[in-house]
Amino acid sequence: MAGNEPSARPLSPHLQVYKWAPSMAVSIFHRITGDGLAIVGGLMFLGWLGAIAAGPEAYAAFIACVWHDPSPEITIFHQITNVLGKVVLVGLTWAFFQHLFSGLRHFVLDAGAGYELKTNKLWSVLVFAGALFATAAVWLYVLKEALNG
Amino acid sequence: MGNGTRLGRVRGLGSSKHGSQHWLQQRLTALGNILLVTWFVVSMFRLDLGDHAAVHRWASNPTVALALILLVISVFWHFRLGLQVMIEDYVHGEATKLLSLVILNFYAIGGAAYGIFAIVRIALAPAAGLAPGGM
Repeated sequence: MAGNEPSARPLSPHLQVYKWAPSMAVSIFHRITGDGLAIVGGLMFLGWLGAIAAGPEAYAAFIACVWHDPSPEITIFHQITNVLGKVVLVGLTWAFFQHLFSGLRHFVLDAGAGYELKTNKLWSVLVFAGALFATAAVWLYVLKEALNG
Repeated sequence: MGNGTRLGRVRGLGSSKHGSQHWLQQRLTALGNILLVTWFVVSMFRLDLGDHAAVHRWASNPTVALALILLVISVFWHFRLGLQVMIEDYVHGEATKLLSLVILNFYAIGGAAYGIFAIVRIALAPAAGLAPGGM
């Protein structure tokens, strides 16, 4: 098909000789977290909105699936989804902060600033550190609230 | 397609059409997302999410419902643009690329319509004297 023939023109950057750098990691993680937020986060958000609109029973069923089933005999399915739901929510929290901080970095880069090698590396590393720190802070708060009832 | 002249390529193909508009919309919706999603995440941690009545009361407040609708538009348009670029970069077969873009548009537009309809239903059901239900 037209356009799919291997090109004789040189590839840039040369794929065999690059060295992995934080700026590349933060770039690919921006795409991965954006993807995850759009698909997993989007579907959970829509399921949650639909459950609120559908009434108390539907909402209770949604919460029993993704967070905690209060019934004395919990089905195996809910035992799995209760754990999975929390893992997904922690993952979405991290993806949100990673994408947010990385997006803020992109605004700075769009303005033409922050391209100096050391500055670029520093802010790339700080994006990762900031996202992990914010995620940990948020879930420690949730855990504390849960323990205090 | 042939290589053509540079002028021909600028006139007919590639980012010479809507590239800058796509780029700008991605940034404008990003700005909207920073405001709206940050508000949403803070609200989630302030709400008692296990209590349907409390969540319903919150979501049916006119200001909250309006902000939720704006959030859906901003977020779904932002990821439609972002995932489009990802599909164009990583899906190489013409047929699978076209199919992926169609699915993306169905998901983004259909999902946004579902979300906005749910918000409107939550906000207007009490005024219309309707019990919740029917989603």
